[in-house]
Amino acid sequence: MAATLAQKIIARAAGRDQVAVGEIVTCAVDLAMLHDLSGPRRIGPVLERLGTGVWDASKVVLVTDHLVPAIDAASAGVLALTRKWAAEHKIENFYDMQGICHVVLPERGHLKPGLFVVGGDSHSTTGGAFGCFMFGIGATEMVAVLATGETWIKVPETILINCSGKLAAGVSAKDMMLALCARLGMDGGQYQAVQFAGEAVTAMPMTERMTLSNMAAELGAQAGLIAADETTARYIREAGGDPGDIERWQGDKDAEYRCTHEFDVSNLEPHVALPGSPANARPVSTVQGTVIQQAYIGACTGAKLVDLRMAAEVLKGRQVATGIRLLVAPASTRTTAAAAADGTLQALTEAGAILMPTGCGACAGLGAGILAEEEVCISTTARNFKGRMGAASSKVFLGSPYTVAASAVSGAICDPREFLIQRCGENG
Amino acid sequence: MFGDDIDTDVLAPGQYMKGPVAELAKHCLEAVDPAFAPGVADGDVVVGGRNFGLGSSREQAAQVLKILGIEAVVARSFGGIFYRNALNLGLVAVVCPAICAVKPGDILIVDARAGRIENRTQNDSYECEPLPEHLISMIEAGGLIPHLERKLAAELKNGDPT
Repeated sequence: MAATLAQKIIARAAGRDQVAVGEIVTCAVDLAMLHDLSGPRRIGPVLERLGTGVWDASKVVLVTDHLVPAIDAASAGVLALTRKWAAEHKIENFYDMQGICHVVLPERGHLKPGLFVVGGDSHSTTGGAFGCFMFGIGATEMVAVLATGETWIKVPETILINCSGKLAAGVSAKDMMLALCARLGMDGGQYQAVQFAGEAVTAMPMTERMTLSNMAAELGAQAGLIAADETTARYIREAGGDPGDIERWQGDKDAEYRCTHEFDVSNLEPHVALPGSPANARPVSTVQGTVIQQAYIGACTGAKLVDLRMAAEVLKGRQVATGIRLLVAPASTRTTAAAAADGTLQALTEAGAILMPTGCGACAGLGAGILAEEEVCISTTARNFKGRMGAASSKVFLGSPYTVAASAVSGAICDPREFLIQRCGENG
Repeated sequence: MFGDDIDTDVLAPGQYMKGPVAELAKHCLEAVDPAFAPGVADGDVVVGGRNFGLGSSREQAAQVLKILGIEAVVARSFGGIFYRNALNLGLVAVVCPAICAVKPGDILIVDARAGRIENRTQNDSYECEPLPEHLISMIEAGGLIPHLERKLAAELKNGDPT
């Protein structure tokens, strides 16, 4: 029977030759990712009550990212508890303040094609960029995983999104996902697996592919898969991991998909999501001139090295507009180091950007950079639900790092391509 | 009663997430209806539209509803992680496409096993997706953890600690 990539991974984890769509199966978990907010503080006491301990400490990765660095006694308390739990349970893969979990996992070589991975965070779909079946679960379900090493899953159908064509200059994976959220809606994935394919995806570096898989969560998908290729293998090797057998983790050519969406990205314009939902996305031209107070470049989906470089491309030699605050929170310490080494950070700070600590920061309203009532922000993050980044009446627009940087320079939302075209003119 | 796309950030606002859950519950849905948390009573049923609970994996989004005494959430569809979280915490979550016929204040009796919702006020009833028996028994046990405790205790009794 022809199988999708999702079916192949689930079958392997369930110890079966094949699995059918709709079947409920029990799978052995290859890796469980926890973070400070949903991890030990919620899991610890329940796990203790069960008395089982952790089934396999080597298969657990724990990251502090949501509450770092502590901004008050409450967040400091959660972090202290997290560190104590890591020591007590001998969690070797403990990354304390090293970056956002979804970026740290691949950076440290923990992901490879074919793995069945759970994460205590909805953006765990990011791991799909590496050909893993990785999905988010709640804390209670994580307790069961830590106690037993297993979880159940209903084998999902796969929705194929075939991305053809070539992205224009100044247009990125974030624009693609915002456009897809508008087109398909936030339950467009219907808790199925979504798989991204096509020449536009193949052409992307891993960090851009991660943006696609990350925001598959915004489509309501359980997983956001991308079949591995040589780009994947190279990234994993450079991260010190072993990519394994890439050929094995491909969907069969005649596999059945729930449906295929054709998405030609050639003429895609930069997109911006209006406040309230990523599905409110539309071409940037329709909101051009909207005045902002804050521009935020951060989060798992919007502050990887590739994202900071996009922003630097726009900001180099320019200045953030008077009265606008541009906050940049790199997604990991390795991102910061690489951006410092290649001059990206310098371009950002010389333009007037404020460098923030690595971590989830203001994205989920937990860290520094919170918005006041009625303030308007444009952000590279993944979600803009009401009140998420601060006061209930604050407004968050979502855009690519190009668009956010360009808007910071002009003081109002604008099309970044104007800046990039100008630059071409200046240079030549 | 709520409309479409009630997200986890309005159910469990991020700025109160690091504090105790009981405190967080006071702010549940405050951004869309400030009267909800103070006004809700034990045994109430929350009715939502499409994609209820979309967004984050934070299970406090379901937990706060339980703390506020909500007996069941009925919606046209659910965000996948929220749905699993609700059931795992012993909160009944039922998919019911016809639920938009309900009006605020209607008295509802939810029978998740039979897949039926009775509207006593309007003297009507709606078909919904029944929950499979293994999930019903988990909810009746109080959620996944009490269910797992029982299972582990039974295994221990049978001399099989694995």
